[in-house]
Amino acid sequence: MKEKIYRSHVLICTGTGCVSSGSKNIKHELQDELADNNLLDEIKIVETGCHGFCEKGPIMIVYPEGVFYCQLKKEDVQEIVQEHLLKGRIVDRLLFKEPLTEESIPSYKDIDFYKKQHRIALANCGKIDPESIEEYIANNGYEAAGKALTEMTPAEIIEEVKSSGLRGRGGGGFPTGLKWEFAYKQDSDKKYVICNADEGDPGAFMDRSILEGDPHKIIEGMIICGYAIGADEGYVYVRAEYPLAIKRLQKAISNAEELGLLGDNIFSSGFNFKLNIKKGAGAFVCGEETALMASIEGKRGMPNPRPPYPAEKGLWGKPTNINNVESYANIPHIIAKGAEKFSSIGTENSKGTKVFALTGKIKNTGLVEVPMGTTLREVVFDIGGGLTEGKKFKAIQTGGPSGGCIPSNYLDLPIDYDSLLEVGAMMGSGGMVVMDDSTCMVDVARFFLSFTQSESCGKCTPCREGTKRMLEILNRICQGEGEQGDILLLEEFGHHIKETALCGLGQSAPNPVLSTIKYFKKEYESHIYDKRCPAGVCSELSAAFVINKEECVGCGQCVKVCPVDAVIRDKEENYSIDDNLCISCGACAQKCPVDAIKQG
Amino acid sequence: MKSLEELRELRKKVEKEIKMRKDNSAPKIIIGMGTCGIAAGAREILQAVMEEINKRDLDVEVSQTGCIGMCEKEPLMDVKLPGKDRITYGNLKKEDVKRIIVNHIINTNVVAELVIARLEE
Repeated sequence: MKEKIYRSHVLICTGTGCVSSGSKNIKHELQDELADNNLLDEIKIVETGCHGFCEKGPIMIVYPEGVFYCQLKKEDVQEIVQEHLLKGRIVDRLLFKEPLTEESIPSYKDIDFYKKQHRIALANCGKIDPESIEEYIANNGYEAAGKALTEMTPAEIIEEVKSSGLRGRGGGGFPTGLKWEFAYKQDSDKKYVICNADEGDPGAFMDRSILEGDPHKIIEGMIICGYAIGADEGYVYVRAEYPLAIKRLQKAISNAEELGLLGDNIFSSGFNFKLNIKKGAGAFVCGEETALMASIEGKRGMPNPRPPYPAEKGLWGKPTNINNVESYANIPHIIAKGAEKFSSIGTENSKGTKVFALTGKIKNTGLVEVPMGTTLREVVFDIGGGLTEGKKFKAIQTGGPSGGCIPSNYLDLPIDYDSLLEVGAMMGSGGMVVMDDSTCMVDVARFFLSFTQSESCGKCTPCREGTKRMLEILNRICQGEGEQGDILLLEEFGHHIKETALCGLGQSAPNPVLSTIKYFKKEYESHIYDKRCPAGVCSELSAAFVINKEECVGCGQCVKVCPVDAVIRDKEENYSIDDNLCISCGACAQKCPVDAIKQG
Repeated sequence: MKSLEELRELRKKVEKEIKMRKDNSAPKIIIGMGTCGIAAGAREILQAVMEEINKRDLDVEVSQTGCIGMCEKEPLMDVKLPGKDRITYGNLKKEDVKRIIVNHIINTNVVAELVIARLEE
């Protein structure tokens, strides 16, 4: 049957971000409007994965022009249909406006957020319908798998991956080709391929977006890996909290099976491969590879000492290769386009691109993919659009709870595995949280440590007891009970835990504390010695707020918003704050329309 | 999937589906869809264009534009072949569409008697 040709495709983002900002309603409204205007035969609606620009969701792109509409509401749909789809007039007010110039930009290719990106892993995300294997194939999908299975030997594939310089995108940065080679060299009747999609870092959603937006790419990467190492079965370990990713992956697997891209004798090469999904219950430690495999086997998700490495004794004691989602997403590109093309991007020891989830006090939050070696400044200011109104950059936290905080004097640091380690942070899976001057670094360290502490599986003492003791000290400091020697004690604990913990979770858990001590020691000192939180975050250590009587307009909004009734209104309608009651939460200052409330 | 060739065959079939989302050098048809155009029957012209494209399985980018001031000569339709001048046809009737598509788009011969303007490359 011949596919019908439409004159226009309307792409609506149905990634989790846009769905939660209402893209499903937009889609239904559009369907109704198209039906009312008799346009269903001419215009096709395509649901896509994440476009990355979640801040501006719901997002719609209209082809052939490639016009980018953002922050849509249900009421806007009629106008788009009437004006753009019927009369060809672009609806200017719904276009993206560049934050600095206020200029509207019709084509998404010209938006700074996209212009500076280089998309390999995310190449198809937002461009194709993730539930259509045909659209994936139309975009050269499964070509790399076909080439690998019919024209290359396993050794050639491994050589190609090795010379591409690809390193593990889950955070560790171990060379992927080398990992494959270890598994390939093992002699065994059964081997496994595992995709680690147990994305657990707070704020990170790279893997989810790839699975939701381009699931076939992961399947293709895993087929190639299976063939290369000699495995006939694979698992995708994905958290149950990602229902949409699981649903789309399931559909992708059954479509690939129908077309014979999974199953027996793929491409008549004699190679068989079957793929299973294992839903994880959401424990952070299951992102650690040995704990993950224990979880697949039905055991409690706890890490085991390495060696033996998974390549020797992995899942059910068989040689196993385990990579992160983003690592597999790069494989089809490397095989199809060649290692050289891939390794021409990036720095000397970190090749290709990296996807980051950009969040925090920044204008353009979202998902970005940039070449290795891009500076933090470019990511934060050029792509991220800088900080939210009137705020000053203080630090950027990379690598999630295992990473560290990098202060502003390192803004021109080129991002790669080694440079981040040198400054005490790490690549991690790619979380990036931007912090402004209203952030208390001690509180940040406490937040991340409380996360790892509660996610510690409890198997080894350094992590179980050590992180708990560190957290107790941090809690004391934030409550104004810090003592001399606390900083040294934290550092000592931190170094011991790093050296002795069993797995990556424990070994990296002290990083947020150590890096904030390294770069923001003064803040720790003012908490401990001056009993003062400079950012005004830790309520016990912050000065009470004061209302400036000259500027106050008497609107009374501060009274309503104060959670402890500390704002007093006297008979003459004068407002003041009782500093005995004030907990320095800052809610009144945020609410005040004339900025009359300041911390005293 | 039996072979790489089979995959490529399938791709050829489905490629057209998403072609418009890539930068392409396909011929363009632009239809005047201002109020004047619609009143003069531009919707029927556009539907006829889509019908022809589907019938002949052509790779053509169809878009619309607003009023360009020649309301008198609506419905208007422009044809732009890659590297060639943009030709404006006017006073169109549904039956003219087939002629323009066959002669101009497929055989690259401008239908001179329907032309009302020519915009140089």
